[in-house]
Amino acid sequence: MGGLTDFVENFGINTEALVARMPVILEGILVTVQLTVLGALGAMAIAMILGLAQSVKLAAVRIAARIVVEFFRGTSLVVQLFWFFFVLPLLGWQLDPLFCGVLALSLNYGAYGAEVVRGSVGSVPKGQYEAISALSLSPLRGMFRVIVPQAWALMIPSLSNLLIQLLKGTAIVSMITLHDLYFQVDQLRRTTGTWYAFGFGLLAYFVIAWVLVAFMNALEIRAKHRIGRGPSLRESLGQLFRSPGRKQIGGELA
Amino acid sequence: MPENTPTPGAVPEGAADGTPHLQFRDVVKKFGDNTVLDDLNFSVSQGERVTLIGPSGSGKTTILRLVMTLEELTGGYIDISGQPLQYTERGGKRVRVPDKQRRRTTTQIGMVFQHFNLFPNMTVMENIIEAPVHVMGLGRDEAADKAEALLDKVGMAWKKDARPSQLSGGQQQRVAIARALAMDPEILLLDEVTSALDPELVGEVLGVLKDIAAETDISMLIVTHEMQFARDVSHRVMMFDQGSVVEQDSPEKIFTEPEHQRTQDFLRAVL
Repeated sequence: MGGLTDFVENFGINTEALVARMPVILEGILVTVQLTVLGALGAMAIAMILGLAQSVKLAAVRIAARIVVEFFRGTSLVVQLFWFFFVLPLLGWQLDPLFCGVLALSLNYGAYGAEVVRGSVGSVPKGQYEAISALSLSPLRGMFRVIVPQAWALMIPSLSNLLIQLLKGTAIVSMITLHDLYFQVDQLRRTTGTWYAFGFGLLAYFVIAWVLVAFMNALEIRAKHRIGRGPSLRESLGQLFRSPGRKQIGGELA
Repeated sequence: MPENTPTPGAVPEGAADGTPHLQFRDVVKKFGDNTVLDDLNFSVSQGERVTLIGPSGSGKTTILRLVMTLEELTGGYIDISGQPLQYTERGGKRVRVPDKQRRRTTTQIGMVFQHFNLFPNMTVMENIIEAPVHVMGLGRDEAADKAEALLDKVGMAWKKDARPSQLSGGQQQRVAIARALAMDPEILLLDEVTSALDPELVGEVLGVLKDIAAETDISMLIVTHEMQFARDVSHRVMMFDQGSVVEQDSPEKIFTEPEHQRTQDFLRAVL
């Protein structure tokens, strides 16, 4: 294994190798992005269901949701992935690897997300719940028209963190035959050595994460603006790359 | 119940069959070991406006919250036009009224809160039409027309597309009043509606409420520290202390010659 000097000396050749492999690397990025986006959507749906189920009056529903959350939060992502890919076929279900990946990511990060949803729904001021009651709105309608839109603005910073973790979590799917970004970086390593390939790997994941953070920041600014806290998205484009959850300049009107 | 002494010009008629509009029977409310209301009995007639006064912690707000079903009764009963609100008596047993039926009863009751509690994710208009459309089943256009008229009444029509965060406290409270009225309540609960306002904004809110009191026959239960307002709009004032009624009478009587020492002390402190 060559050291840092190798890295510097062979930078030109390695970059040529990288450029030559770019088509497959882009395919790998596509797989990673697919897993991230589909996994995040699945996780969000599961987080909403399990999070809101924990505020239901019926104790059986709350307990069931609680058990599911604890189970998927407490078991390893890799083990879950192996279950879906290697164990389920033994029971007669052969699942598509991409589907397995999305399923494992959705369930695992959905369980974490459920805690975020539960917490933020509980953080909406009590007066809002009382106003729902006073207007005789049904609890379900109140939840979706009043509570969730406000909780949404509160939960985005934490969801941002989970999304970044989910992106990085996708790197294990090469274990179930998917050719994702990590797999392609590992392939690149065979020609360029560890320094160059994993250096590129760091950078590639970082750039994707950065795009995700900007997207989540945009969502957060919009959500806050919609509940009357902070400027509109158009007025705050410059703040898209700040750290999640940081106070916006000119915000907190309410 | 003693006869109400109504203010001149606005005599509440009461229901034809004599059933009180709102009735507390042997009401007990405890928070843990702390008894807030102890065996409370009183009633409000149709169209009557009753103001509750008394030191903080005397249970006034709890009474309003019980009527709105924001708090659960510990003991006793509350009836709205003779219908049980939270609990009913069946075969000598005290039985909880199911949530759906409670909600049906509470559609007749409106409440305005100290902190307005407007929905920040909706415009003024959306705040007002949400319940009429989704609870009363009114058409959107019809609800919007009605909302516009109510906003006009509270002087807020020009802000119908604004968000609550763009309004002053007084403006928000006026919108909250319109929102409560949009449900055509037969009973209106006003819970210290000016306590969270800057002093210069109190007048606009009380002015709106006085107009509404003069124009409608909605029964009102009012908790306020604005004694002049209580005097202007109420038919009856009830003085509370430690969860029970010290005395009740017409505002003229209570504010000029209260009988009880406790009332005299309280009024001296606040006036």
